[in-house]
Amino acid sequence: MSVVEVDRLVRDFTVREPVPGRRLRRRARQVRAVDGLTFTVGPGEAVGYIGANGAGKSTTIKMLAGILVPTSGTVRTCGTDPVRARRRLARRIGVVFGQRSQLWWDLPLAESYDILAAIHRLEPARARRRRAELVEELELGGFLATPVRQLSLGQRMRAEVAAALLHEPELVVLDEPTIGLDVLSKQRLREFLVHERGSRGTTLLLTTHDMGDVERLCERVLVVDHGRLAYDGSLSGLAATVAAERVLVVDLAEPVAPLQVPGTRHLGSEGDGVRQHLAFDPTRTTAAAVLAQVQRAAEVRDLSVAEPDIEDVVRRLWSRSR
Amino acid sequence: MGTWQLVRAGFRQQSQYRLAMVAGLATNCVFGFIRASVLLAALDASTGAFAGYTRESLAAYVWISQALLGAVLLMVPTTAVGERIKTGDIAVDFLRPVSLLAGHLWMALGRGLFTLLPRGVPAVVVGTLTVGWFLPGGVAPYLLGAVSVVLAVAGSYLGAHCVALAGFWLVETRGLNALYGIVATFLAGLFVPVDLFPGWLRGLAALTPFPTFLQYPVDVLSGRVVGLDAWSHLATQAGWLLGMLLLAQLLATLGRRHLEVQGG
Repeated sequence: MSVVEVDRLVRDFTVREPVPGRRLRRRARQVRAVDGLTFTVGPGEAVGYIGANGAGKSTTIKMLAGILVPTSGTVRTCGTDPVRARRRLARRIGVVFGQRSQLWWDLPLAESYDILAAIHRLEPARARRRRAELVEELELGGFLATPVRQLSLGQRMRAEVAAALLHEPELVVLDEPTIGLDVLSKQRLREFLVHERGSRGTTLLLTTHDMGDVERLCERVLVVDHGRLAYDGSLSGLAATVAAERVLVVDLAEPVAPLQVPGTRHLGSEGDGVRQHLAFDPTRTTAAAVLAQVQRAAEVRDLSVAEPDIEDVVRRLWSRSR
Repeated sequence: MGTWQLVRAGFRQQSQYRLAMVAGLATNCVFGFIRASVLLAALDASTGAFAGYTRESLAAYVWISQALLGAVLLMVPTTAVGERIKTGDIAVDFLRPVSLLAGHLWMALGRGLFTLLPRGVPAVVVGTLTVGWFLPGGVAPYLLGAVSVVLAVAGSYLGAHCVALAGFWLVETRGLNALYGIVATFLAGLFVPVDLFPGWLRGLAALTPFPTFLQYPVDVLSGRVVGLDAWSHLATQAGWLLGMLLLAQLLATLGRRHLEVQGG
């Protein structure tokens, strides 16, 4: 049985705008945030749900969780109707909204977990065990007594993830979980999620702007654009479809003719060839392999690797399908 | 038990704001002096019955109502729910396996009850030190009074909660809040006891839940209303509470159908 089943899902929002020249009149306009989405997610899958800003990702998630009512179409989450069975469903799913907090900001962090355990009516022994586990794995021990409002962003995001997982949900939905985090914090959070999924078989649905999140956490990718599904398949398949290339930028000791490295495309040179841009497909080769080949041809002073961004992937996908 | 945990959490939440409590107490005391002197002067000058109030019962009315003012949500009926609807954080509340109301009501009750300690008790003490002993003898006023106060704290929260839920449709509820605050405070009997209202206004007040937020608990706790009348006060409070509970649930259900949380 699927954990998530979405069928021809639609959600409209009403936007009221002032009418130019008429101070008191306002015009209501319907904006379709989600436009006929259909997909399913099986148990234990890890799915990256990506798309540009305003593509309808968060709206879809809110309908999956029973927060928003669909305009038309159907959603079933964990086999139930999320709007009707919201409270029952809430015990079985855990959601992190990267931009919103589910902690009580004026209380010490530990108290938020007490309150959540009470709200979820967790058996005390079970709640204690689970909390200890999360505190250790997400390294929360150092600030359990600190009021939430005084936590750093990195600390708070880890605390939020723990809050969403306290009741051991079978489906975990993460909406932009790494937004604003530094590289190290991102890495730690990802490692934790990989471990959590490996040990519990949790189903994971993740929206993000960060290709790194998707690469490290997800086997399957759904790309949504203007409320419609633009791609459903593996990440490597996505890279193949839209050639989501990474670009290695090398600064060389002295000017060289455009480098010809097998498995890469030479995108351009600057300063007579002191800086060169090489595009490569990360599913076929690695930055290290490309660099090793470059070093055979020239002395490398400095380098950087540019990741494809999601907007770029979506744009290419979209232009391809037309 | 989950409910008790929430009440306790609200209690502790309020205990974080010690300095605010002191400031609130100081304000309560200053206004207590003003109200006491105005009303006692009016009583002295009055040739009529003054609704049966004596110097003592009037002092009790002033100082007990000042003591309850921090705990009942009346003058500035802002709630977390209202703010959360406006910002969209309400989405998080709907992720919890409890009703929107339960999640907030129990904590509000805890906060209200905590407030009685640093703001309620000292206000009564200050009152008795300045105008003399006015507290009733016997146990019954205190037992029934405690129930009445809990009903008033919960009821006043529910009233404000319902106003906040109007935000599902209005988005900005500051105007409504301000209107509610003024009307509720007046009809609750804070400025003038409800029994001193002219007949038509008393009739109007009785059509609202507001007197049950302040006048009723003050009447019961001060021993002005005893026996069967006190029980009838409690029953009226419970009735309004139930009505507002149903209204809050209805608004939450309708509001969710109307809810639009865009972005993030």
